[in-house]
Amino acid sequence: MAVNEMKLPETVVIPLQQHIGAPCEPLESIEVGSEVKKGQKIAESSGFVSAPIHASVSGKVTAIGPYNHPLGRPVEAITIESDGQDKWDENIKAPESHDNLSPEDLRKLVREAGIVGLGGATFPAHVKLSPPEGKKIDIVVINGAECEPYLTADYRVMLEQAEKIVFGLKIMIKALGAEKGVIGIEDNKAEAIKLMEEAVAEEDSLSVEKLHTKYPQGAEKMLIQVTTGRVVPAGGLPLEVGVVNHNVGTAIAITDAVREGKPLIERVVTVTGAGINNPANLLLRVGTLVSEVVEHCGGLKENTQKLIIGGPMMGLAQPSTDVPVIKGTSGILALTDQDVHLAESSPCIRCAKCVDACPVQLMPTSIAQAAEHDKFDKAEKLHAQDCFECGCCAYVCPSKIPLTQWIRIAKAEIAKAKK
Amino acid sequence: MVMDKKMIVSSSPHIRTIESVQSVMTDVLIALFPVSLMAVLLFGYQALITMALSVVTAMVVEALWLRKRDLYSDGSAAVTGLLFALVLPPAPPWWLIVFGSASAIIIGKQVFGGIGYNIFNPALVGRAVVLVSWGGHMAGNIWSPPQPFAFGTDVSAVTGATALAEPSEAMNYSLTQLFIGTVPGSLGETSALALLIGGLWLLYRGHIDWRIPVGFIGTVFVMGALFDGGFYSTHLATGLFHVLAGGVMIGALYMATDMVSSPVTPRGRLIFGIGCGLITMLIRIWGVLPEGVTYAILLMNAVTPIIDNFTVPRQFGGVKKSA
Repeated sequence: MAVNEMKLPETVVIPLQQHIGAPCEPLESIEVGSEVKKGQKIAESSGFVSAPIHASVSGKVTAIGPYNHPLGRPVEAITIESDGQDKWDENIKAPESHDNLSPEDLRKLVREAGIVGLGGATFPAHVKLSPPEGKKIDIVVINGAECEPYLTADYRVMLEQAEKIVFGLKIMIKALGAEKGVIGIEDNKAEAIKLMEEAVAEEDSLSVEKLHTKYPQGAEKMLIQVTTGRVVPAGGLPLEVGVVNHNVGTAIAITDAVREGKPLIERVVTVTGAGINNPANLLLRVGTLVSEVVEHCGGLKENTQKLIIGGPMMGLAQPSTDVPVIKGTSGILALTDQDVHLAESSPCIRCAKCVDACPVQLMPTSIAQAAEHDKFDKAEKLHAQDCFECGCCAYVCPSKIPLTQWIRIAKAEIAKAKK
Repeated sequence: MVMDKKMIVSSSPHIRTIESVQSVMTDVLIALFPVSLMAVLLFGYQALITMALSVVTAMVVEALWLRKRDLYSDGSAAVTGLLFALVLPPAPPWWLIVFGSASAIIIGKQVFGGIGYNIFNPALVGRAVVLVSWGGHMAGNIWSPPQPFAFGTDVSAVTGATALAEPSEAMNYSLTQLFIGTVPGSLGETSALALLIGGLWLLYRGHIDWRIPVGFIGTVFVMGALFDGGFYSTHLATGLFHVLAGGVMIGALYMATDMVSSPVTPRGRLIFGIGCGLITMLIRIWGVLPEGVTYAILLMNAVTPIIDNFTVPRQFGGVKKSA
């Protein structure tokens, strides 16, 4: 499904928290009634781990206040009614030259553009381009593995914007003072592999790594292991093994920021699932309401039971379509009664399929059992904190035990006890 | 109006495998089909009666215990009933079948809290119960030689010892006979061939881990070859004899691999398999009983929680704990 641009949304609701880290505050000049232009910065935070937020359409601010958020809790948001003109902010123009930008300049540029990890984790991108003192980063890994089943947005952008991905990767390498770049792509995406290989053919320091197609191949630690052979220590960050990892979409956003001065105000989203009448990959403005997107895609089928932001394994179920697309929204998924199995769970039969499925070699059934009996010290001994909630354990469980949910509870309790 | 509809909100993952406890148990029953068929081909109508009576008893007793109308339910009672029948002599008295099958369900499984909570393999608990209660029907010169393709023949008319009883008995049977199953023995233990076919199916379906059968059978082979004096022509042949004779194949592929009563960790499963093989051979070579598979597996079942505790896998990126 080629990426199409959706018609301009009538209103956008832009949450002030779209990244991991400090939430943004509206700029002083922004209040109800303010006129804003596309790309104009409307909110920011002084925290280092944060990313400013920009208007994604031109128009008038009609509300500032809490609004539904994909994370489930209402969050402060700025509502902008589009004037239909879609006019860029005059201050946004391409830098005259990007060749002589220093790593520090590049980081500033990326931060000012409000770029966060577009794979879904939404970690501010400039932070991942700022290695702490004394840490040498030598490899940048680009994630083209598609984080979850159903999603095809990353695949499409690789087909359509390979050149931009390579450019973005080179910027990252420059900002980090790294030596090599590796683009990891699953082997079921032969066309993307071919195109990306062609795009890096001239570059000695860049390569494409063909990966076995298997969820969760796009998970950071798994991806780094298969592309570089390095194992990120448990509880540690990739930079501890000299690696930084970014999504293909993030690379494109960085390219747009560096070459054209554009902030991150739109992203490619896969809209799919059996409940969607016309599935599509859409270029969506940040803040577009899911209800508008769904309508654009022909609406939901009657038997739709679940609406998910993200993918089927790690995405967040939404109570309604009245929720905005944010920077980290990789997919909008409508599941029908055919896909949603709300079977009651039965006792564990110790088949160990979860143990075999866990990509970080935990014992999900034992952790879940410990959590069920409030034995969180035992859950901690079983390394519950190393779970990244990929959902494989609960997926394979024939007894339909919500293992991932139990482990999440264990993680939260362990974190609480540490405080 | 679709827009107003409230969606279901639940924790991820939002998709689940279609596999269920029932489908897993049905797969086990499918895996047991070749050996059940072989039992009927070798031992005739009495094999069919024994298996049917045991399966029905197990299902009825479980349904009564749980006060459920669904006889098949998750399928686990049928599996237990069939496995119990397969480790019985071809034509035991009907009350022994009923008592043993009911014991398997009640003492082997339900008193612990039902499926998932039992410590021991239920079918082997049933076998142990009838073995200690009515040894005369379960051991000694009670074994009927198979009558291939003679469905209506009363096989219990002629009886003798199994190949494991005495070295002199062993010599009566070739390795080929032991592999195909045309030797006296329990209903489902004689044909290594039929057991292997079903075992491969379970491996293919991902319901058993190779570590348990390989550990079990490998240990039996090595110990047989090394420590049993090569009584069966050569040392290698003696090792193979120990693998093919008696209950090692059915034990290693279907009993020791019982999910509930075996370890969940990969290393644990290998240790478990090796332990089963070790105890089997200790009993066979140095013990007073001719066969040791049942007790070997039951003993290893008992230490399964300990094995799990000591074989927790190192998590991804985890460091070795320094002492």
